[in-house]
Amino acid sequence: MIHALVTAQSVIAAPANDYGLALPEIIMLSAICAILIIDLFVSQNKRIITYLLTQATLIGLAIYTIHYILHISTATEYTFNDSFIRDFKGDVLKIAIYIICFLVFLYSKDYLRERRLFKGEYFVIGLFGVLGMMIMVSAASMLILYLGLEVMSLSLYAMVAFNRKSSVASEAAMKYFVLGAIASGMLLYGISIIYGVTGHIGIGEISSYLGELAKSKTTMPLSLVFGLVFILIGIAFKLGAVPFHMWVPDIYHGAPTSVTLYIGTITKIAAFAMVVRLLVDGLGPMHKEWTQILVVLSLLSLAVGNIVAIAQTNIKRMLAYSTISHIGFLLLGFIAANENGYSASMFYVITYAIIAAAAFGLIILFSRKGFESDNLNDFKGLNERHPWYAFMMLIVMFSLAGVPPTVGFFAKLHVLQALIKADIGLTWLAIVAVSFAIIGAFYYIRVIKLMYFDKPVTEDNTPITAGADMHIVLSVNCLLALGLGLFPGALIYLCSLVFTPAV
Amino acid sequence: MTGIGLQECLFLAALLFCISIAGIFINRKNLIVLLMCIELMLLAINLNFIAFSYFSATISGQIFVFFILTVAAAEAAIGLAILVTLYRNRQTINVADLDEMKG
Repeated sequence: MIHALVTAQSVIAAPANDYGLALPEIIMLSAICAILIIDLFVSQNKRIITYLLTQATLIGLAIYTIHYILHISTATEYTFNDSFIRDFKGDVLKIAIYIICFLVFLYSKDYLRERRLFKGEYFVIGLFGVLGMMIMVSAASMLILYLGLEVMSLSLYAMVAFNRKSSVASEAAMKYFVLGAIASGMLLYGISIIYGVTGHIGIGEISSYLGELAKSKTTMPLSLVFGLVFILIGIAFKLGAVPFHMWVPDIYHGAPTSVTLYIGTITKIAAFAMVVRLLVDGLGPMHKEWTQILVVLSLLSLAVGNIVAIAQTNIKRMLAYSTISHIGFLLLGFIAANENGYSASMFYVITYAIIAAAAFGLIILFSRKGFESDNLNDFKGLNERHPWYAFMMLIVMFSLAGVPPTVGFFAKLHVLQALIKADIGLTWLAIVAVSFAIIGAFYYIRVIKLMYFDKPVTEDNTPITAGADMHIVLSVNCLLALGLGLFPGALIYLCSLVFTPAV
Repeated sequence: MTGIGLQECLFLAALLFCISIAGIFINRKNLIVLLMCIELMLLAINLNFIAFSYFSATISGQIFVFFILTVAAAEAAIGLAILVTLYRNRQTINVADLDEMKG
């Protein structure tokens, strides 16, 4: 015991800590506290001030991080006794999170206002969620990763229950809470086993310990594999991979659409970061073990996601199953288990988040007070009412299905290419993935058929009430699905750059 | 502490963990019992961490436990808050009644 305390003290005294590396997190936390206080003094009809401050924080951080990458450093640096990492890929993921969160709040504004949910707490909790994601992205220790995950999850539970008069939303929140808590529990149990075997909670230390072990032995000890399985269950829960996907459709369906938008986009990037930190950076030497499990998860996700989505009549539920199938694709990049695969996955997740933001943004755009526009039948004959937005929806649906020249096609292509090039005898998996993507194309194209070739169920000529900012940003967002598809080079280059080992 | 080794501690933790998981999935009556099971699960993990920390003479496991305890408290607060909104909307906290959405 005494020995342990002595070593702990010497560890605390040793390395220098540059808190400046955690500046984005510090700014974010201060901004959240400031916004929370300012919000108290703002009357309800001036609530827009809270919203503007929130957006300013996100934009400011995005500009700061871009500036940091371009002009200061892209090196990997550690602080807080090696438990916090700042590196290039983390910064890129954070920029994606800021920008997509900006879009999410912008789309949510009118939705919330029409439903009397336009309150300061919404934005503050949303920012807390982003703070959790930032911490997750920058975690270099299991402890920090867990704390970031919990900050994010607790904010999400609260956001799902935000419309507290809605019985469906509180049911969804309860389900999310219970399943999320089980997931965290599984993850923690796995972490505790890994800690017990290796004696470390630092991700880098675990990785070097396992690297040594992998050199001396051909197979990993059973105890480590046991811990790994629990960690993978936790990850699969958080990602929403089959067979741990039960929460996804209910939460997407039950939560207010603005919250679905939040959960369906940026949390996927954060979950990707978690997988990178845990599996690649931490348990990388065990990749032979975890790819086997990921193959099963990916295969099941592709199958269940694409097939069950066909049976849905609610578009939010349909997109939930679509998310599950996209997670299956995302995992293919990890199965390749090389830099190529990780960067393909990163490209996949960032573009998916952008397209999903557009898809849910369009659902929000068509909804109004007392009308959620979340049934597939609500999209019948959309072309006659709003030809421009029907066209936007067409681009988004094609992109989700993976039809060229939209970006969804290139994302799928790169993931599959990485899997085949890795040459690990999993070409059959790529073929299966493509077959399921073709099955999945059915329900995306069905939406297009409903919009262009069906007559509207009811005569409904209510104009869209959204503001000009929403019209412009949403159109740009949708066109981005096409634009990134025509010119994917820059983003692909960036994603491959961040995973290139530092020379 | 004679006679109690790492194995016994881990066995107890695993047992508690299994009880909590079983409790979550078998329980069909009361949401509060579900919240209790979640707490039990986190405590089982804490026991695991403390046992490993004690027997491997590293301190980080015990530090981890402090944070898990804090997070567990925050989690319970959020869980109970959601429970209250659920009760206001439904006038019930029966697990079997959470079936408004198919799934």
